[in-house]
Amino acid sequence: MKKALSLFFVLLLVMSIIITGCSQPAKEEPKKEEPKQEEKASEQKIKVGFVYVGPIGDGGWTYAHNEGRKYLEEKLGVETIIKESVPESQEAEKVLNDMIDQGANVIFTTSFGFMDYTEKVAKANPDVKFLHCSGYKQLDNMSNYFGRIYEARYLSGIVAGLKTQTDVLGYVAAFEIPEVVRGINAFTLGVRSVNPDAVVKVVWTHTWYDPAKEKEAAKALLDDGADVIAQHQDTPGPQQAAEEKGVWSIGYNTDMKEMAPKAYMTAPIWNWGPYYVQQVKAVMDGTWKSTSVWEGMKDGIVELAPLTDVAPAEAKKAVEKVKADIISGKEKIFVGPIKDQTGAVKVQDGVVMTDEELLSVDWFVEGVEGKIK
Amino acid sequence: MLYKVVKRSEITQGKSFGIRTVAIILALLTSAIFIMILNLNPLEVYAALIKGAFGSNYRINQTIITAIPLVITSLGIAIAFKMKFWNIGGEGQIMMGAFAASFFALRYPDLPKPILLSLMMIAGMVAGGLWALIPAFFKAQWETNETIITLMMNYIAIKWVTYLQYGPWRDKGALGFPKIPNFSDNAILPNFLGIHIGWIFALILIIIVYIFMNRSKLGYEISVLGESENTARYAGINVKRTIIIALLISGGLCGLAGMIQASAVSNTLNVEVSGGVGFTAIITTWLASLSAPFILLASILFAALIQGGSFIQTAFGIPAAAAMILEGMILFFVLGSEFFIKYKLTKNGSAKPAVSKGEI
Repeated sequence: MKKALSLFFVLLLVMSIIITGCSQPAKEEPKKEEPKQEEKASEQKIKVGFVYVGPIGDGGWTYAHNEGRKYLEEKLGVETIIKESVPESQEAEKVLNDMIDQGANVIFTTSFGFMDYTEKVAKANPDVKFLHCSGYKQLDNMSNYFGRIYEARYLSGIVAGLKTQTDVLGYVAAFEIPEVVRGINAFTLGVRSVNPDAVVKVVWTHTWYDPAKEKEAAKALLDDGADVIAQHQDTPGPQQAAEEKGVWSIGYNTDMKEMAPKAYMTAPIWNWGPYYVQQVKAVMDGTWKSTSVWEGMKDGIVELAPLTDVAPAEAKKAVEKVKADIISGKEKIFVGPIKDQTGAVKVQDGVVMTDEELLSVDWFVEGVEGKIK
Repeated sequence: MLYKVVKRSEITQGKSFGIRTVAIILALLTSAIFIMILNLNPLEVYAALIKGAFGSNYRINQTIITAIPLVITSLGIAIAFKMKFWNIGGEGQIMMGAFAASFFALRYPDLPKPILLSLMMIAGMVAGGLWALIPAFFKAQWETNETIITLMMNYIAIKWVTYLQYGPWRDKGALGFPKIPNFSDNAILPNFLGIHIGWIFALILIIIVYIFMNRSKLGYEISVLGESENTARYAGINVKRTIIIALLISGGLCGLAGMIQASAVSNTLNVEVSGGVGFTAIITTWLASLSAPFILLASILFAALIQGGSFIQTAFGIPAAAAMILEGMILFFVLGSEFFIKYKLTKNGSAKPAVSKGEI
């Protein structure tokens, strides 16, 4: 009897929690939603959200985007909100919805893996503008934007190719996606334009942000005979490995001189600020339209960081010349003949790879030692 | 000035409530210092934490969605814990449940929704149960340490899913990005009152587990076995059989949580599918003193802490790591207070250790 009574009370408790906890939202839903929309309409205030894949302090990819955000705040005085270290999983979808709940009406998602989640949330929120970095999907309220970082990578390959003594270069890479493969190819073409015998060894880490793992991968490459380390990672971990070993490195994302003063030579870097200002300004003016942007060194969104004293003396001149050709459009980088790893000609003499081919590239050029799974 | 830790014989409800309250106040005060170091007003941050978890319908829904897997996994873990079988393998059991459910979701995407979802549910429970059965079998047969085995089996399960994600199950259409294809609509749990239907499962399961643990013969046997194996044996309970069945149920519930997360939340399988729920649920189970109804309460509170913590990150621009320290600090004090509920400090020589009932 006593047990039955206590069971009854427990059920009562459960039911009361259900009623207070769960049925409330359903009942109040229509009521609460309306004033919120009015609020939005009356304010017309722009609030910009940034979804980052790593922490701001990564000293690389996310740091560069955050510099762009700060530039945006400074130039336009808009309010921005951020979320760091968001995994490229269902969590991203929740973070996007959270940001919309907190009033964001323009949202930048700054990693490839956020693409599908951005698309999904964009479809459900036609009034919010989304800008996804490094992907290829586009909706009326979702742009994609990226830069031709491969141009700067090609230049950094020239520096590395001139510096190496062992003719073995190491490349610490994150994922086997076109963006990374394209970078490795451009780097290798750059290396072999000045040093036709050199090879580029690739190690995959399967992470964007993991300083320790990236450093370990670089160490493995160094033990394998590499004397210049390049990277497609978000942290300066590989730079530090080169510094400790007393050899040289090419950074990525931001000027990484301070992280490895004796090893670092230069880096392909991002300059997001002007693009962010331009886009948010267009939203404020009501002229914003969904676009697919893939700009290069000509537009200033990608650059090669200044060469340090560690870089070989002849590199500066060589880089300046090719850089001018890239900007003028004379040097297109992915111009045939290009052979793949087996030695077969993949791009015929004189043919330039199209953007479409570049955006879906899934093979390595000759000179790369590594596998795309 | 010597102090001794003495086990409390019994503690009144009021006293244990008092200890917990003091713990929470201490946690808030200590965290307040930390928040002030970040140059923020602690009161504002705390208010935002609550607002972030319950401030709008959207946020309440998010809190509930976070609580659902916690509740179901905690129920599973509680059954094992009642037997003093320390199942630390919730994470792995969730993974394997999600894996088995995904197998059907990906292989038979066009089956009618009710059939496909039922298949996925059964598959999830069976896989989770079998994954828990392995350590249970070793424990029953050779008395191996279940804590280590269940813990290690988490990593096997996680690596297995990683392997699938990067290898055989990788989405060909994702241009090399390592993800498994999304489920078809038929493999996704429907919503009810704005939240996926998992919340109804969670509530039903609370009732079932409560009845099972308190009213059924097997539930009673599990409790007896947890108190003393010798007593259980003396009473004619088949120890091996009880361990195995209890762990099948425990792992099965975790596997169901995995199926729900994969189907309703991720819409696919990936390594993030459990998101640490298997470990967090250990805490909520413990806070709820293994009692089914209190698991609901503990899970909702915990989900609120997670949701609110995420909210203040964006609202105040606090780094992710700082928000986690805040959550960790609150947790530390609340869990720490459990020690003082079970034990007390006395001056040396002044107190006699209490004799607990089971010791004779």
